[in-house]
Amino acid sequence: MAAPTIKIALIGNPNTGKTSVFNQLTGLNQQVGNYPGITVERKQGSVKLPGNIKGTVIDLPGTYSLNASSIDENVVIELLLNRNDKDFPDVAVVVTDVENLKRNLLLFTQIKDLEIPTILVVNMADRMDRKGISLDIPYLEEHLNTKIALVSSRKGIGIDALKKLILDYKNLSTEPCLNASSIDPEYFNKLRNAFPNQLLYKLWLVITQDVNFGALERNEIQNSSFTKTKSELKRLQQKETIKRYQFINDVLKSGLTVDSSKAKDLRAKLDRLLTHKVFGYIIFFCILMLIFQSIFAWSAIPMDFIDESFTKLSSWASKSLPPGKLTELIANGIVPGIGGVVIFIPQIAFLFLFISLLEESGYMSRVVFLMDKIMKRFGLSGKSIVPLISGTACAIPAIMAARNIENWRERLITILVTPFTTCSARLPVYTILISLIIPNRMALGFFNLQGLTLMLLYLLGFGGAILSAYLLNKILKTRYKSFFVAEMPNYKMPLFKNVAINVIEKTKAFVFGAGKIILALSIIIWFLGSHGPGDNFKNAEAYITQQPQYMNLSQDEIDNEVAAYQLENSYIGIIGQTIEPVIRPLGYDWKIGIAIVSSFAAREVFVGTLATIYNIGSSSDDEATIKQRMDAEINPVTGDKVFNFATGVSLLLFYAFAMQCISTLAITKKETNSWKWPLIQLFGMSTFAYIVSLVAYQLLK
Amino acid sequence: MKTSLAGLKKGQKAIITDFNIDAIPLKLLEMGCLPGNVVELLQIAPLGDPIYINVNDSHVAIRMETAEEIDVEIITDTI
Ligand SMILES: Nc1nc2c(ncn2[C@@H]2O[C@H](COP(=O)(O)OP(=O)(O)OP(=O)(O)O)[C@@H](O)[C@H]2O)c(=O)[nH]1
Ligand SMILES: [Mg+2]
Repeated sequence: MAAPTIKIALIGNPNTGKTSVFNQLTGLNQQVGNYPGITVERKQGSVKLPGNIKGTVIDLPGTYSLNASSIDENVVIELLLNRNDKDFPDVAVVVTDVENLKRNLLLFTQIKDLEIPTILVVNMADRMDRKGISLDIPYLEEHLNTKIALVSSRKGIGIDALKKLILDYKNLSTEPCLNASSIDPEYFNKLRNAFPNQLLYKLWLVITQDVNFGALERNEIQNSSFTKTKSELKRLQQKETIKRYQFINDVLKSGLTVDSSKAKDLRAKLDRLLTHKVFGYIIFFCILMLIFQSIFAWSAIPMDFIDESFTKLSSWASKSLPPGKLTELIANGIVPGIGGVVIFIPQIAFLFLFISLLEESGYMSRVVFLMDKIMKRFGLSGKSIVPLISGTACAIPAIMAARNIENWRERLITILVTPFTTCSARLPVYTILISLIIPNRMALGFFNLQGLTLMLLYLLGFGGAILSAYLLNKILKTRYKSFFVAEMPNYKMPLFKNVAINVIEKTKAFVFGAGKIILALSIIIWFLGSHGPGDNFKNAEAYITQQPQYMNLSQDEIDNEVAAYQLENSYIGIIGQTIEPVIRPLGYDWKIGIAIVSSFAAREVFVGTLATIYNIGSSSDDEATIKQRMDAEINPVTGDKVFNFATGVSLLLFYAFAMQCISTLAITKKETNSWKWPLIQLFGMSTFAYIVSLVAYQLLK
Repeated sequence: MKTSLAGLKKGQKAIITDFNIDAIPLKLLEMGCLPGNVVELLQIAPLGDPIYINVNDSHVAIRMETAEEIDVEIITDTI
């Protein structure tokens, strides 16, 4: 019989290295970053302990205490208060940062009060020398009623000792460090007598916050005779906090010595520079410029290469595979569709690289500090900067990153406007449209016009976000007390491995996530495009050859005409022509219409969809890239290019503002817990996009 | 000299004497912003808000409106 697995929960203040310890224990690669609030959900992994015992480790979001003030913190309390939760830990591992031990121990003493076996991990031990910190471990173990593992998860030191302690969890003391109920003995005595079977501290936690757990419901206690006003409760919580700090200070007085002569100047110097009233903004702006530069200029080389490779692969497939329906699907649908995603790997990797560097270095928090006042004016918080910046990669993690904004209103507005920022899925669309309608020329000697247009689109995205935040702020008139507490972590040299893992994992997730959708949609579109109802589709060849105007064409040209006629009479052609009246005023033909409709699954399928449609619509074996095909499309009525300037601008604007991403809607639903907000996003943004594109096209055509 | 935390100058240190508990987020108390503790004003954001303080070895940024609710006694002047 297998030995039972040990359930381990990693708990601690934000940014103390819980996820780093988790990765060390489990060998997994969860995201790590020097910004409080990187982890916002429970994550699980398994660990092999000595003697072939298995353990399950849960990584939790950071929390300053067991009094939750934002949703990510709530996750921790919900778990710890509910003994029936399937993940309820056998042993709690409290991870602390050696440089912040005093504050970190507050949470530790609270967890001890829950009488769960607890191990104290003192992490970042590698920094002790530099900071002149020394610890008396036996003394601390004795006075904190615990076992201590001195760990450096960066260097992998102390992990084995930690594993041994976990294995031995049954011998850990479950005795609290101090008696918190002495802050109001009378009250706590009454409480104890009323609920003799419950842990006193747990009762207290349930009373003071909004969590339900198991059999004991909050209302039951509140309806009893112990009700206190919110303000009275808070005063008690203050007393409790003071009491805990008294205890901690006493213990640390003998347990911890800091030689303050050791330099700690770097932080102050960097802070002075990075939050300077002029340089601070200049540096921030330069960093943003660098990111654009890398996305547009540096990525171009690998992108051209990938583009050509896929075009070759496509024509190779159509020549060397046995001719037939399946080959057509592969060569004309799937390969170009996948190519449409793969081509963006360089840009996305750059984007993730920079965001990861900003987070790992500790710079992100300084931007939060710089921007709070500006953002507040628009109903946002300085912390909204993080979702807005990381939204340039993908709105989904960005919306989740809004969880550590304490204020519900500021958080809601952040969630609602984040999809306006130019996410990486828009890049494929922008890049190809820009290259079609904007000449590749220099303006004023050194600005590349195409790069400038792209930057303008990014600014438009931010502008859209800020403007709609402003409007929402005016509309959502709930009164609220804004409150903002942002920890400023110490600067750290980004760890190459962390950054690399981050970039690789996220890029992989993007490619496979988008790849799946594109694969599915290419197949569907290809199928709908190469089948049609009725005789028009079937008898296309006979029909075309009978038309007098086609009599003098070569066989090749006739084939092309037949394919085009078939496409028009296929299912997709019929659907496209049905919706055409709606999009015609924006300057789009029905093929673009199909691409837009399929883009509501995910924007990046736009290019793939067009590729598939154009491929079906021409007799195969020509070797044009997607771009060349788009450029060659002619409007049969006007004889003009389909992707002319007016249509191009109109399309760019449409993609800039429209809400075309099912996954984002799903995450908004999840985060706001209601269908109302995602629907507002969908209709609000898309209507706005429609109007803007309409106006632009009508003015430009 | 008595003032509120919002009245400190950059680099000044002070002792927290009292605050309006209903206007202060609990999280700030838990970070160590409690009567008797020393607080140092490290930076003021370029636009005058928020401020960046060190209290109880916690480096945190808070908004002016919160700082105004915290009374302090100044102990050192800018060097
Ligand atoms: N010097 C040093 N840095 C470390 C160590 N462990 C983690 N870090 C760094 O500390 C930062 C925070 O690490 P995370 O593992 O993301 O911390 P966390 O506790 O999971 O943070 P949240 O999920 O935001 O609560 C990262 O920049 C890590 O590289 C360590 O032992 N030594
Ligand atoms: Mg984490």
